[in-house]
Amino acid sequence: MNIRQSISALGAAVTVALAGTSHATELEVTHWWTSGGEAAAVAEFAKAFDATGHKWIDGAIAGSGGTARPIIISRILGGDPMGATQLNHGRQAEELIEEGLLTDLTELAEKEGWKDIVNPSSLLDACTLDGRIYCAPVNIHSAQWLWLSHGAFKEAGVDVPKNWGEFVAAAPKLKEAGLQPLAMGQQGWQQNLAFGTITVAVAGMDAWTEVAVNKNAEVAAGPVYKEVFEAAAAARELAKGSNVQDWNLATNLVITNKAGGQIMGDWAQGEFQVAGQVAGEDYTCLPGLGVNEILDTGGDAFYFPVVKDEETKKAQMELASLLVSPEVQVNFNLKKGSLPVRGDIDLSSANDCMQKGLKILADGNVLPSGDMALSPDSQTQIEDLMAEFWSTDMPAADAQASYAAIIEAAE
Amino acid sequence: MPTDAKRPLRIFNNLSAKIASIPMILTVLVVFVGGTAWTVVHSFTKSKLLPKLNFVGLDQYERLWSTRRWLVSIENLALYGLLSLVFTLIIGFFLAALLDRKIRGEAVFRTIFLYPFALSFIVTGLAWQWILNPDLGVQQVVRDLGWASFELNPLNNPDTVMYGILVAGLWQGTGLIMVIMLAGLRGIDEDIWKAARVDGIGTAKTYLKIIIPMMRPVFVTALVLIASGIIKLYDLVVALTNGGPGLSSEVPAKYVINYMFRAQNLGQGFAASTMMLVSVAIILIPWAYLEFGGRKRG
Repeated sequence: MNIRQSISALGAAVTVALAGTSHATELEVTHWWTSGGEAAAVAEFAKAFDATGHKWIDGAIAGSGGTARPIIISRILGGDPMGATQLNHGRQAEELIEEGLLTDLTELAEKEGWKDIVNPSSLLDACTLDGRIYCAPVNIHSAQWLWLSHGAFKEAGVDVPKNWGEFVAAAPKLKEAGLQPLAMGQQGWQQNLAFGTITVAVAGMDAWTEVAVNKNAEVAAGPVYKEVFEAAAAARELAKGSNVQDWNLATNLVITNKAGGQIMGDWAQGEFQVAGQVAGEDYTCLPGLGVNEILDTGGDAFYFPVVKDEETKKAQMELASLLVSPEVQVNFNLKKGSLPVRGDIDLSSANDCMQKGLKILADGNVLPSGDMALSPDSQTQIEDLMAEFWSTDMPAADAQASYAAIIEAAE
Repeated sequence: MPTDAKRPLRIFNNLSAKIASIPMILTVLVVFVGGTAWTVVHSFTKSKLLPKLNFVGLDQYERLWSTRRWLVSIENLALYGLLSLVFTLIIGFFLAALLDRKIRGEAVFRTIFLYPFALSFIVTGLAWQWILNPDLGVQQVVRDLGWASFELNPLNNPDTVMYGILVAGLWQGTGLIMVIMLAGLRGIDEDIWKAARVDGIGTAKTYLKIIIPMMRPVFVTALVLIASGIIKLYDLVVALTNGGPGLSSEVPAKYVINYMFRAQNLGQGFAASTMMLVSVAIILIPWAYLEFGGRKRG
């Protein structure tokens, strides 16, 4: 082979290689799923996407949504968009959509009939702005769960509670046995989540809707919410002495029978699963604290920033379609412990807790999540208030007054 | 007139030096001054996720000063700032003075004391989080040694958490100040010590009355370094407590970042950062006037 031949051979090889890569597009996907159960779930997405011949470049950002969201948003704003990104659907992406930075998925959604398959329909509403669809919902997460450790209650010599009232009654026994009644990570969002859960359980759906959705400050300052704040103050007593920070460390206290229970969203389920525990035997879950079996329908969705490259655009659409496809939905949600976004798939392999959730979902006992109703600004203010309320001896009445003021000023 | 004819030439004096400083002048004007002005202007708007010029007057400031978290942040920074300034200077000088006594193994001690400075605040924060953790750290070690009632758990108590952060900050920062002080001490002429000794002045008194006044420029340098470290206090708090428990270790810089990005409320974040700038200016301008303005008179 002379030099000329070898050069042309090299050229051909390069052309082939280039042609090859143009089919397999690399798509960087950012998300904040980093705990054990979450990572296992996101690997299902990656596997399914790689199987289409494209390449999933994992852009996991550690440290929960509060840390990851600013990074994601500033990358989109700064002109360095990723291929796709997780966000909680709701009002977080509102302004990005208004600025035209996120891809319109309406065409794909209409072609595949997302309107008919996504259940509950409020999920798709949260992705919709001015009649156009901008995100692909992938799961439903509900915050209103109480996780109970069978081992801890056995050690304390009491039956596993069936609702919040029984849990509060059993707490002194747990304390006597040297156990932490309520595990609580000392971070504002977790305390806010516990508060939100107690709110829905104590105040019920109507009062909650009036406050969170209609921003009625009078109800927030009224007698129904007074009970809520008193119940929260009681829960604060039970959580005293819980010195962990991250939610999964608090869940771990429940798994290792060091704490009686934890109020945490259904993503805690993944941790129990990774630890090899069985629902109903090692732990119990009580949706809506066992009082008001209502779940909110927050969750995660994928948004696709606008990019110039045509190949990437195509890959984005393929991924969007893949995310809501039945098989991927089942695999992902079983690992994640969340509920699937479509009502037409078989989840008989799901465990006790997920079945409970599915039943509530099927009965339509759902409400929009706080992320959908309140702007991130109001959410942060409430989180700040909760961080203070839970870690000090702030009187319930003072907290209620500040809360009402935030609702009053909310947009 | 001859002077008039010469005057235009003055601009071209040292032409190359002036051209060379153009990039820096532009950087200062555009990035520092321009960026600051842009921030201040937008703090009067109700920008949310994206900066927009929809002015709302002083609304953001009114909200800022009625927010408990901001007030707590200011209090915390004042406490941390004052104690950190005093203790860094005292400990730094004390260590430097001890090393200056021509002890054996000076290089070893110098390295040990300076070493923490090589660590980032994040690493410092994590290390101290573990050291001060009641279940893993000092408390447990002392209890295992037999003192069962020993308690050292500053980070989980709202009243003491700032002191926990202060200790970590001092551990990280005093080494550098010590080295600067040591350099200052080495710059003092040996004859001064001899003269003091001849006059029968004690060592401690020599330090206080003669050496420290002579080291004024060194102290000014140290002061600027410490002060800038205090104002930008952020990463240490994030790593050590993330503002907790509750709001008890929040600092202004954290408020700014949180409201700009997590709460998606740029206006509020800008208002807070403008207040930080104003407070720095309030302290800095009189000081700069005394320090540099006074020299012209004298």
